[in-house]
Amino acid sequence: MTSYLIRRLLLMIPSILGISVVLFTVLAMAPGDPFEELATNPAVPPEVRANLRASLGLDDPIHIRYVNWLFAMLKGDWGFSFVSRIPVDDLILQRLPVTIAVIGASQVLALLVALPVGIYAATRPYSIFDQIANTLAFVGFSLPTFFTGLLLILLFSIHLDWFPFVYRTQLDSTGWQWWWDQFRQSIMPVTVLGLFQGAALVRFVRSAVLDVIRLDHVTTARAKGIPERAVITRHVVRNAMIPVVTLVALQMPIIFGGAIVTEQIFRVPGIGSLLISAVLSNDTPVIMAVTFVFACLVILFNLIADLLYGWLDPRISYR
Amino acid sequence: MAGSTPASATASAAAERPQPGPWGEAWRRFRKHRLAMASLCVLGVLVLAVLIGPFIWTAPIDEIDFSKRLQGPSWEHPLGTDDLGQDLLARILYGGRISLAVGFAAMSVAILVGVIVGAIAGMAGGRVDAALMWLTDLFLSLPELPLLLLIIYLFRDSLVGVVGPEMGVFILIVLIIGGFRWMPVARLVRAQFFSLREKEFVEAARALGATRTRMVMVHILPNSLGPVLVAATIDIAAAIIAESTLSFLGLGFPPDIPTWGRLLFDAKDNLDFAPHWAIFPGLAIFLTVLSINFVGDGLRDAFDPRRVK
Amino acid sequence: MTPAPRLLEIENLQVHFSTDDGMVRAVDGVSIGVDAGETVCVVGESGCGKTVTAMTVLKLIAMPPGRIAGGRILWQGRDLVPLPPEGMRAIRSKEIGYIFQEPMTSLNPVYTVGEQIAETLRHHEGLSRRAALERAAEMLRLVHIPNPHKRIHDYPHQFSGGMRQRVVIAMALACNPKLVIADEPTTALDVTIQAQILDLLNEMKERLGMAVLLITHAMGVVAETAQRVVVMYAGKVVEEAPVRSLFAAPRHPYTQGLIRSIPRLDLAATEHKRLEAIPGTVPSLLNPPPGCRFAARCRHATPECTAAEPPLREVAPGHKAACIHAESLAA
Repeated sequence: MTSYLIRRLLLMIPSILGISVVLFTVLAMAPGDPFEELATNPAVPPEVRANLRASLGLDDPIHIRYVNWLFAMLKGDWGFSFVSRIPVDDLILQRLPVTIAVIGASQVLALLVALPVGIYAATRPYSIFDQIANTLAFVGFSLPTFFTGLLLILLFSIHLDWFPFVYRTQLDSTGWQWWWDQFRQSIMPVTVLGLFQGAALVRFVRSAVLDVIRLDHVTTARAKGIPERAVITRHVVRNAMIPVVTLVALQMPIIFGGAIVTEQIFRVPGIGSLLISAVLSNDTPVIMAVTFVFACLVILFNLIADLLYGWLDPRISYR
Repeated sequence: MAGSTPASATASAAAERPQPGPWGEAWRRFRKHRLAMASLCVLGVLVLAVLIGPFIWTAPIDEIDFSKRLQGPSWEHPLGTDDLGQDLLARILYGGRISLAVGFAAMSVAILVGVIVGAIAGMAGGRVDAALMWLTDLFLSLPELPLLLLIIYLFRDSLVGVVGPEMGVFILIVLIIGGFRWMPVARLVRAQFFSLREKEFVEAARALGATRTRMVMVHILPNSLGPVLVAATIDIAAAIIAESTLSFLGLGFPPDIPTWGRLLFDAKDNLDFAPHWAIFPGLAIFLTVLSINFVGDGLRDAFDPRRVK
Repeated sequence: MTPAPRLLEIENLQVHFSTDDGMVRAVDGVSIGVDAGETVCVVGESGCGKTVTAMTVLKLIAMPPGRIAGGRILWQGRDLVPLPPEGMRAIRSKEIGYIFQEPMTSLNPVYTVGEQIAETLRHHEGLSRRAALERAAEMLRLVHIPNPHKRIHDYPHQFSGGMRQRVVIAMALACNPKLVIADEPTTALDVTIQAQILDLLNEMKERLGMAVLLITHAMGVVAETAQRVVVMYAGKVVEEAPVRSLFAAPRHPYTQGLIRSIPRLDLAATEHKRLEAIPGTVPSLLNPPPGCRFAARCRHATPECTAAEPPLREVAPGHKAACIHAESLAA
C-alpha cells in the first residue's frame, strides 16, 4: 500500500506540471499586458514601468518566465490583488474553507440521496420506482444549478420566507443560535449543489450496481444462504463502489463549476464568488491563483479517489 | 452501426450510404424509448419555434416601453415584459437561436477535435497514443469553468476588436466550450479503433489492399459513429448549459444580446416582484437540456443493445 | 408402509423464461432423483437445460425473467417450490452445497478466500469470526491447498484457476451438506487440472459421505464418477440409467451419439476410426418442434417420431428412455 501511495504521489507531478503549462500558455498567449493599466496611467513614468517589468522578469525568455512563475505559484507567492491590495494567498486561504465546506456538505447530501435510491432502483430494474427515480435523475441533472438556485430562492425565501437567500459571513448570533443560523443559510446552497450531484450519482450507482448484480460471485453469495440484504450490501454494493469512486472523481471539475455558480447566486464568500468578482474587476493575480487552486483541488481529489480505489480493490494495491 | 450521420463534419462527408439494416434496427429500439420519442418531439417544437417563431411573433426584442415594465403574462405579452418593458417571448425566441447555435457549434468543435485526436491515437498507437491519452486525461482533470472564465477574461477584448462583439464572443465561447469537451469522444473513437482494427471486415479490407486513409474513412469511422452520436447529443446539452452559465455570471455575450442565461442574470435581482422574468427563460433552458438528454439516452439504448436491460 | 423419501426428488419440473422474443421453456417436465451418498450425472449439450435445472433446485435462477411453471422439488420429502426465501436460505450451503462452473468469477474479488468461506460458517453455524476462519483454514487443508493458515488471508486473484476451484469446493463443503450440486466444475480448467478436481470431488464424497449431482457435458467425466446418469436434450430427459447399463446399451439415439463422440485414445491410434459428431443443432426452445425433439437430427427418425412426444418409459430394469424405437436400438 505504501508503494502504491508513493507511486500515486509521483504520478501527480506530471499532472500538476501539465496543468501549470496549460495555465501559463493561456496567460502567455493572452493579448495585451497585465501592466497595461499602469501604462495608461500618466502618474507612472515609463522608466518606473520598465524597472517594474524587469524586476518582475516580464522581459525574460518564455521558459525562464514559466519556471519562475511555477516556483512562485508553488511557493504560494501569488502576488497582490489589484483591487484590494491584499496578498492573494491570504485572500484565498480566508475563503477556501467555506468552499470546501459547501462542496463537502453537498457531496455528503448527494451520496445520502444517491446511494439508497440508486441501489434500490438497481435491485428492482424497470419497476415503477426505478422509472420514477430515473426520470427524476434526468430532471435533476438537466436543471442547471443557476436555475435551481433561483427557483429555491423564489420558493423558500420569497414565498415561504423560511431561509435567508444571502449567505452572511458574520452572523450576529452566538452559541446554538449561531449553529442554527449557519445551518439555515447553508441549506439552499448545499441543496442546489447536492441535488445536482446526487442526480448524476443516482445513475452511476444504479448502473454500477446493475453491472455487479449479474456477476457470478453474487450467485455464489446467494448459494451460501446468507440473507439477501447481506448479499446486496456485502457482495454487490461493496464491489459497485469501486467504479463509482472513479466516476465521482471524474465529476470533480463539474462539481467545482457548480460550486462557483452556487456561491455566486447565494453570495457565499468562497473562492468561487471570489473568482467571479475578480473577473468582473479585472483582478488578474486573483483569477490566476484561484484557477490554479481549483486545478490543484481537482488533482487532490483525484489522488484521494485513487487511494480509495486502491483501498476498495485489493487487486490494485498488490499489482 | 454502419452508415452516415450528421454528427461530425469530417466523418459524414466520407461515410457510405446508410444500410437500412442496422439503422432501421437502431431506430426500432429508439422508438421503444417512450421518453426519448416524446423528447424528440419537444425538441423539434423548440427548434421550429426559435427558427420560425420570430417571423410569426414579430414583436421587437429591444423596444423599450417603460409604461409596460415588469408586467406578468398577458395577451399582449404572453410571457410578460422585463424592467425596460421589452417583450420576453420575442427575447426568449431570439435567445434560443443563440443557445442552440452555440450548442451545435460547440458540439461540432468537440466532435471534430475528438475524432481527430482519437483517430490519430488509435491509428498510430505506441508513443503517440500514450502522449495523446495523457493529454486527454489532463484535459479531463482541468477545472472547466474557472478556465473558461480565465480565457474569456483574457481574450475577449482582442477578439471582439477583430470580429465585433457578438461574433467575437460566439467564436470564443464555441471554441472554448468545444475545446473542453472533446475528451470523451477521443477516448471513444480510440477504443473503437482498437476493437475494430482486429475485426474481420477490416482485416479483409486490408488484405484487399485498401489504403490506410481509405480504411479509416470507409470502415472504421462510420462504425464508431453510433457511440459518437450519443456523445454528441450529450455535448450539445452540456454546451448549452455552459453558455448559459457564462451568460448567467454576466461574462458571456454582451448585455444587449438576450441569451437565456443573460435573461436569468438580469432577472435574478427582480425575483420578488417579477418571477416570470426568470422562470420562462429558465424553463426554456431546462426543457431543451432535458429533452436533449433523453434523446441521448434513447440513442444509447438504440446503439448499444448489450446495455443493461 | 410408505417408503422413506429420497434425498432429492425433482418431479416434472418446468422452468420458463420470458424473453423479448417470447417464452422459452428451458426445462420442460424434468424428473431426476438422487439418493443419499449417490453420484448422479446430468449430461447434455449446452443449452439443454441442465444448468437451469440445477440452479432451480436452490432457486438461484433470476426470477423474473425465470419462473417455476410447474412440478415439485422434494428435498427429503419436503417441496422446495413454495418455500419462502428464508426457508431456502436455511437449505442453501447448509444442506445443499453448490459448486459453480467458473472459478475465475465465482469468488468475490474484494474479500480474502478465508473471509468468503468463513461467511458461510458464521451464518449457518453461528461461529465467531476467529473460529470460522480457523474452520476455513481446515477446509482449505482438506481440499489440499498448501499453507492453509497463510492462504486464508489471500485474495482470489492470488490463486490459480485450479486452486480457486479447490477454494470453491471448500466453500461448498464447509457446512457439511448432504448434497453437493457441481455445475460443470471442470469445464473452465486445463485438462490436467480437470482430473485433479474430479479426483478431489470423488475423494470428498468418500470422506464426507454426501451425495453429488454432477452437471456435465463430457461423457468421459460421467464414466469416471457417476453411479447413475440422466441424459437431457432440449429441456427434457431423454434417457436415465445406471452408468454401466447406459454405456453398455444406450437406448436413445442421442445418448448413442454422445457416447460415439467420446475421444478414445486406445482406439484412435490403431483403428483410425473417425470421431463422430452429432449433426445439426439443438432446436429452439421458443417454439419446439412437435413430437420427439431430437427427430430432426436423428438417423433413425420415422414419421411416427414427429407425430407425438415419446414418453420416458422403462425399457429395461432401472433403465428409462424416451424413444419409440428404444427396443430396436438396443443392439
